[in-house]
Amino acid sequence: MATAVTTRQQQQRAAELNVIARKQRSLWKDALTRLLRNKAAIAGMIVILFAAFVAIFAEIRIDAIGLHFRLAPYDPVADQNTPKALMEPIWTQAFGSKYTDPAYIMGSDQLGRDILSRLMFGSRISLIVGFVPVAIVFVIGGTVGMLAGYVGGWVDNSLMRFTDIIYAFPDLLFVIIIVATLRGTAFGDILGGLLLIFVGIAIVGWVGLARLVRGQVLSLKHREFIEAARCIGATPTRIMLKHLFPNVLAPVIVSVAFAIPGAMLTEATLSFLGVGIRPPTPTWGAMINEGFVVFSSTPWPVLLPALCISIVLLAFTFVGDGLRDALDPRMKL
Amino acid sequence: MLRYVIRRLLLIIPTMFFVALITFSLAHLAPGSPFDKNPNRPLPEETIARLERYFGVDKPIPEQFVIYVGNLLRGDLGNSFVQRGRPVSEIIGQGIGVTAQLGVQALLLALAFSIPLGIISALKQNTPLDYFSLLIATIGTTIPGFVTAIFLIYIFGVSFHLLPFVGWGTWQHSIMPTFVLALGPGAFLTRITRASMLEAIRQDYVRTARSKGLREQSVIVGHALKNALIPVATIIGPATAGLITGSFIIESLFNVPGIGRFYVLSINGRDYPMIMSTTLLYAFIIMIANLTVDIVYGALDPRIKVS
Repeated sequence: MATAVTTRQQQQRAAELNVIARKQRSLWKDALTRLLRNKAAIAGMIVILFAAFVAIFAEIRIDAIGLHFRLAPYDPVADQNTPKALMEPIWTQAFGSKYTDPAYIMGSDQLGRDILSRLMFGSRISLIVGFVPVAIVFVIGGTVGMLAGYVGGWVDNSLMRFTDIIYAFPDLLFVIIIVATLRGTAFGDILGGLLLIFVGIAIVGWVGLARLVRGQVLSLKHREFIEAARCIGATPTRIMLKHLFPNVLAPVIVSVAFAIPGAMLTEATLSFLGVGIRPPTPTWGAMINEGFVVFSSTPWPVLLPALCISIVLLAFTFVGDGLRDALDPRMKL
Repeated sequence: MLRYVIRRLLLIIPTMFFVALITFSLAHLAPGSPFDKNPNRPLPEETIARLERYFGVDKPIPEQFVIYVGNLLRGDLGNSFVQRGRPVSEIIGQGIGVTAQLGVQALLLALAFSIPLGIISALKQNTPLDYFSLLIATIGTTIPGFVTAIFLIYIFGVSFHLLPFVGWGTWQHSIMPTFVLALGPGAFLTRITRASMLEAIRQDYVRTARSKGLREQSVIVGHALKNALIPVATIIGPATAGLITGSFIIESLFNVPGIGRFYVLSINGRDYPMIMSTTLLYAFIIMIANLTVDIVYGALDPRIKVS
């Protein structure tokens, strides 16, 4: 008998929980519906998925099972060093170009390397640089901002002072100084300089996110639901993770969505200025930099990577715009 | 108000100190000497030693920093390592006019196209015109200046030979750099103007102005726009920072002899005094711009209390 009552109670409770659970999800579900209705955001996502597909399957090599698959027509790094340098894309044949070769769909650069293959491999760097530093920024900026806002004290003070200093640097300038000066060190050599770029972007980037989270937490921490949680004896850690974190997530997601193209842009700019990832690793920014020498004789080695950067950056911005509109319809800009 | 301004001005000093400290430490963290750059034609040991002694880079780094700050306070920016010991102040003095001209031109151009575009876009919300200007604004904020510059150089410089794209001198030289530099901040300003105008035209005072029978033109210009431009004014601070970061890429790309190009050259050449001075100069300009914006903001909008 007793068990039956418990069961009924449990059932009732489960039903209640279900209702609450559905209510909690509906905010995100709403946002998702709004996002999926946004045509520009959908187009952006398709472009990003396509870029990710190309980046992953540009080359897959797992020696253990003898798998070697390459979507890209050629190796992007080895100089072909044939007389077939500076070929133009095959479609230019229609406009009377004599310098085309069916082997090079999008032409070749001054070292005879296939542009299509280099573009495909370049998408890897761009996407990795888009996501990894932003993940670091999310973890560090989120944690520091949360602590500064909720606990306050010296964390808050040092965050604010540090932000004052960082804000006095134009952010790109700071990344350039970090990357350019530490390139020669052993640390700057790891992954061909990729790690240094991650760190450079993250060091500058986390401050903005920390400030954002801090501001949100400051405005939330005196609300009733936080006080209620404190009253029933929730630990500060629990309040921060279970109560504050979900509530600051929406603006954080928006900020992160815009940080991704920001990081990609920074990498492209660094590579363009010649302080990015070491050649011959293909990145779009570096391809522009290298191709600029021959720009007046053939524009394709520069135009094609420039086009790729533009399209992918726009795709990320459209998704970011869509996320912002979906998560906070009031926040129109 | 005066106390606030003085306090903010004084805050610049410690911030500048830390900017100097961070830049100095980073610049000197790099291994090796700034004088052994050419691996194909290495300098003899004693020449490097003499050069290092001459420029004072053989001393311990903390001591170098103290010397540097001491000289800086006396107005001595040091001598360039790369440009045959020319004083840094001379190099900066030579380039700053060009950079300032380019920056001011770009800022004016940005304001000239962004504010009308933002207003029209807000007044014709959700029309093709609005979508068009939003698209332009999105492209302008998203696509980096050097990529836009490449497309422009290809169209106007290489294909049609309409504009020169290397060097500096005539007014034609400054067209493309100015436009490219203006595009990013301008696009951002367009979005801000639009958003702020959209908010303003829904306010009660606009409804009041309209219901008391004012002409539409004076409702928009005299009432809505006046208030809508306040947030726009605050963006000039970040826009200045954007112009500065933009300038050293655009100047390198178009071969414009401003400080931005020298800056990129000095970083690649490990020219410590140049790196330090330019960074400090940039930081100083940005801090002054931000301060000005905060003061102007308080003066424009009595609802904002400066504290």
